[in-house]
Amino acid sequence: MDLKDLYRDVILDHNKSPRLFGRLDPADSSADGHNPLCGDRLHVTLRLDGDRVSDLRFDGKGCAISVASASLMCEAVKGKQRAEIAHLFGEIHEVLTHHDAPVPDDLGKLAALAGVREFPVRVKCASLCWHTLNAALDRSSTPAKTE
Amino acid sequence: MSAKPDIQARYDAERVWRDFPILAREVHGKPLVFLDSAASSQRPASVIAAVDEYEKLHHANVHRGVHQLSQEATALFERARERVRDFVNAASTREVIFTRGTTESINLVAQSYARPRLQRGDEILLTGLEHHANIVPWQLVAGQTGAVVKAVPMDRRGVIDVAAVAACIGSRTRIVACAHVSNALGTVLPVREITRLAHARGAVVLIDGAQAVPHQRVDLKALDCDFYAFSAHKMYGPTGIGALIGRASLLESMPPWQGGGDMILTVSFEKTTFNELPFKFEAGTPNISGAVGMGAAIDYIDSLGIDAIHAHEQRLLEIATRKLDAVPGLSIIGTAPDKAAVISFTIDGVHPHDLGTILDAEGVAVRTGHHCAMPVMEFFNVPATARASFACYSRESDIDALVAALAKAREVFV
Repeated sequence: MDLKDLYRDVILDHNKSPRLFGRLDPADSSADGHNPLCGDRLHVTLRLDGDRVSDLRFDGKGCAISVASASLMCEAVKGKQRAEIAHLFGEIHEVLTHHDAPVPDDLGKLAALAGVREFPVRVKCASLCWHTLNAALDRSSTPAKTE
Repeated sequence: MSAKPDIQARYDAERVWRDFPILAREVHGKPLVFLDSAASSQRPASVIAAVDEYEKLHHANVHRGVHQLSQEATALFERARERVRDFVNAASTREVIFTRGTTESINLVAQSYARPRLQRGDEILLTGLEHHANIVPWQLVAGQTGAVVKAVPMDRRGVIDVAAVAACIGSRTRIVACAHVSNALGTVLPVREITRLAHARGAVVLIDGAQAVPHQRVDLKALDCDFYAFSAHKMYGPTGIGALIGRASLLESMPPWQGGGDMILTVSFEKTTFNELPFKFEAGTPNISGAVGMGAAIDYIDSLGIDAIHAHEQRLLEIATRKLDAVPGLSIIGTAPDKAAVISFTIDGVHPHDLGTILDAEGVAVRTGHHCAMPVMEFFNVPATARASFACYSRESDIDALVAALAKAREVFV
């Protein structure tokens, strides 16, 4: 177990200076995410152009892993089609939850989150933003959960 | 700091530390520094041995058989009840009900005492620093009866002032339920004064003593509250066992809250007559080995002396408060003048959850999160805190290990 693997420079940087932080107004959809275990709260707003997420923002409070993961996610999915986002989510989910899963090349900067899987209690911190994004995409009005 | 110096001088923290086998293990290749005793304390070898001996030599069901093992198990179980009675100076073993722990004890009172009595508009008075276990059972019974839950506000230090309590007790207040010691902040509440105030206005008092009994002398005859709840696992005993101490006259007037074996005298399909106290409230086969362990934990505390433990922990609290105050960016949450050895804190720029992970990598176990006290977190406007809590086996070197680990956290983040 190496802390440097969890708190990689990319993660520390995105925690300190989160990208795409804030709220879109007006927005086509939004969702709240809450991890009751640690009190993390995220809010995602997005604009859609057909099936493409043309723009999105997140805000909220959370640990370094949840903030950095949300920031990296927003950068990664902005401008992408729903199907591409679903594919990315599948990949990141696999990387976060399977110890031996290879890290796909197309994950880009998201690959920095691979170290989280060595810290099982922190996986939910990294996945909260993705569940929140999915809730917004489903235009669900119920808060997203990590369960 | 009321303890005499000679008590402190005689307290050998290193020897006490060696009584707890788990403390010698390593975590992530570092020596374990266990500072999460407020969540659950560790167990000394004597408690582990007492439970082991019970399982190997004496186990059978209690209060049932005429055979030798059943008699031995019953004697050990009832001896444990007497140890619990003596530990908190309750009037009689009839007033000592074994439960699964503090949470079940409070639910028992809410459902068996409060529910049949409360009328629409009656008030249940809590305080702003309660653990969820002393909030949710009352909300449930309020929903069932139309009663209202209110909370005495605390001040910026996390103190519950007697005057604030007095201002909140009204003509409709039927129950006052409060912590003896706050799990999240360490605040010691003026429970004797609160009890007097409540009684003067005709309300009954329940005290959540989970965080008090391991750390300071509790004398229920002097305290005079109506119900007192606590758990074994926070006082060096096993999980899944605890006690409710209740005033006999109230317990007698309350219906059983669970039905089953052991709590009856006679059963027919027409009518059941209930057993006497305390068995009326102990339906089913109890946690016998747990009770034996709880009794052994009390024996252990007695062997050190609760006043000596208190003095030792107060000394550690003073040192830890001073050393943590000197850590850049660290804020202590909860600064009551009368505190148990619990320190909640935040560090600028480091989320408590990240702090917990970094400290864990250094072998230092602290609790991070809302400590089952979300209203407290909201009051102090923090999502979570880190909490270091001390016990009889904590040493000054544990504080130094914590401070060194905090420096590592700042290296990563600041």
